[in-house]
Amino acid sequence: MVASVMDQLCACPHCDALHRRPPLRRGEKALCVRCGSTLARRHRLAPDQVLALVVAAVMVFAIANAFPIVDLRIQGLHGGTTLFGAVAALWSDGRQPMAVLVCATTQAFPLLDLASMLALLLAVSRRRRPGWFGPLLRAVQELRPWGMVEVFMLGVVVSLVKLSGMAHILPGMALWAFALLTVLMAAILSFHPHQLWDEPDHD
Amino acid sequence: MTDVPVSAVSAGLMACGHCGQVMARQDGPAPCPRCGGGVRPRKPASLSRTWALLLTAIILYAPANLLPIMQTSSLFATSRDTIIGGVVYFWHSGSPGLAILIFSVSILVPVLKMAILGILALTVQFGWPLDRRQCVMLFHVIEFVGRWSMLDVFVVALMVGLVRFKGLAVIEAGPGAIAFGVVVALTMLATHSFDPRLIWDSPRRALG
Ligand SMILES: [Zn+2]
Ligand SMILES: [Zn+2]
Repeated sequence: MVASVMDQLCACPHCDALHRRPPLRRGEKALCVRCGSTLARRHRLAPDQVLALVVAAVMVFAIANAFPIVDLRIQGLHGGTTLFGAVAALWSDGRQPMAVLVCATTQAFPLLDLASMLALLLAVSRRRRPGWFGPLLRAVQELRPWGMVEVFMLGVVVSLVKLSGMAHILPGMALWAFALLTVLMAAILSFHPHQLWDEPDHD
Repeated sequence: MTDVPVSAVSAGLMACGHCGQVMARQDGPAPCPRCGGGVRPRKPASLSRTWALLLTAIILYAPANLLPIMQTSSLFATSRDTIIGGVVYFWHSGSPGLAILIFSVSILVPVLKMAILGILALTVQFGWPLDRRQCVMLFHVIEFVGRWSMLDVFVVALMVGLVRFKGLAVIEAGPGAIAFGVVVALTMLATHSFDPRLIWDSPRRALG
C-alpha cells in the first residue's frame, strides 16, 4: 500500500497544483486555489440514494426504448417510430456508420453506463471492492462523455417542431419516458463515479 | 492553503487520472496502487494527438457543411438540406428561436470549439502569455458544450425514422450528417487528448 502521506494529498486535474485532500461533506466541493477548477466534490446524495435513481432510470430506459416516440399522421397515412426503428431505418438505407453512431450515443453507452453504475454502487453498498471494481470504474469514466441522452431529447423536440408544420403529431409514451430519463440521467451523471473510491470510509 | 501552490510533478509526485491517487512520479506508465489504471505525469503525446485530431476535424468540417445532411423525396420533388439550409428553413418558417438554437450548436459551437482548442494548443506550443486561469476556463467551456453539436445528427436520424411514407414522402440521411457526426466526435476526442496541465508547465510563470 502507499504511504499515508500520499493519501492526504491530491493534485488538481487541470493544473496539477498540489493540495491537501480536503475533507468534504455531502454536497460540498473544493476549488483549486490556482486555476479555480473543481478539485474534488462529493455528491449531495449518498451512494444508496443514487443506486435508487439508477434502478429507476433502467426501468425508464426500457420504456423509452420499447414504445414509439411519436405517432405521425400525414394525409391519412400513419407512421411512428421507436428510437431503435430510427436506427434500423438508417441501417437499411445504407447509412450504417450513422446508425452505429446514433445507437452508440443514445442507447448502448447510456445503458452500459447505467448497468456499470448499478454494479459499482451495489459493490460499494456492500462495502466490497472486487477485482472488477477498478477496471469497470475506469471504463465508466471513459465512456460517459459519449452517452448523449439529453442532446437526443433536445433533438426530439426540434424534430417535432419541424414536423408539426406538415403532419399531425401525437406524442408517444416514449417521449415522456425520454423526458424523465433525461432528468434522471442528469442527476446520476452529476455523481462522479470517482468519488466511490472515498466511500464509505468518508463517514 | 495560503502558500503558493506547487505542481505535483515538481514535487516529485503524480496523480492518477482515473481516481486521483497521488504517488511517486515515474516517467513511464505505472499502475495505480488504488484503481489499477495506468498513470503518467501527463497525458501521453498530448499535443501531437490533439493537433492530429483537430486538423482532421477541420478538414472534415468542409464536407460536413457542404454536403446535404438530409434528402427529402416527395411526389413532386427531391430536396436536399445542408446544415445551414436547416437554419434558414426554421428562420423563415416562423421559428427564429429554433433557427438560433441550431445555428448555435451546429455552426457556432463547432467553430468556436476548434478555434479555442487551436489557441490552447498554440499557447502551450509557443508559450503564449495568455491568462492561464482563463485558458482553463475556456477548456471547461469546450468540454461542456461540445456534445451538444450532435443535435443535428439526432434530428436527421429521427426524421429518417419518422418520415417513411412510401410514395408520399421519404427522408433519407445525406452524407453530410455522418461527416458532421464524425467532426463532433473528433473534436471531443481532441479535447480529451489535450492536457490542460501543460498550460501551467510552460516556463512563463512570472505572473503565476
Ligand atoms: Zn487547478
Ligand atoms: Zn488510480
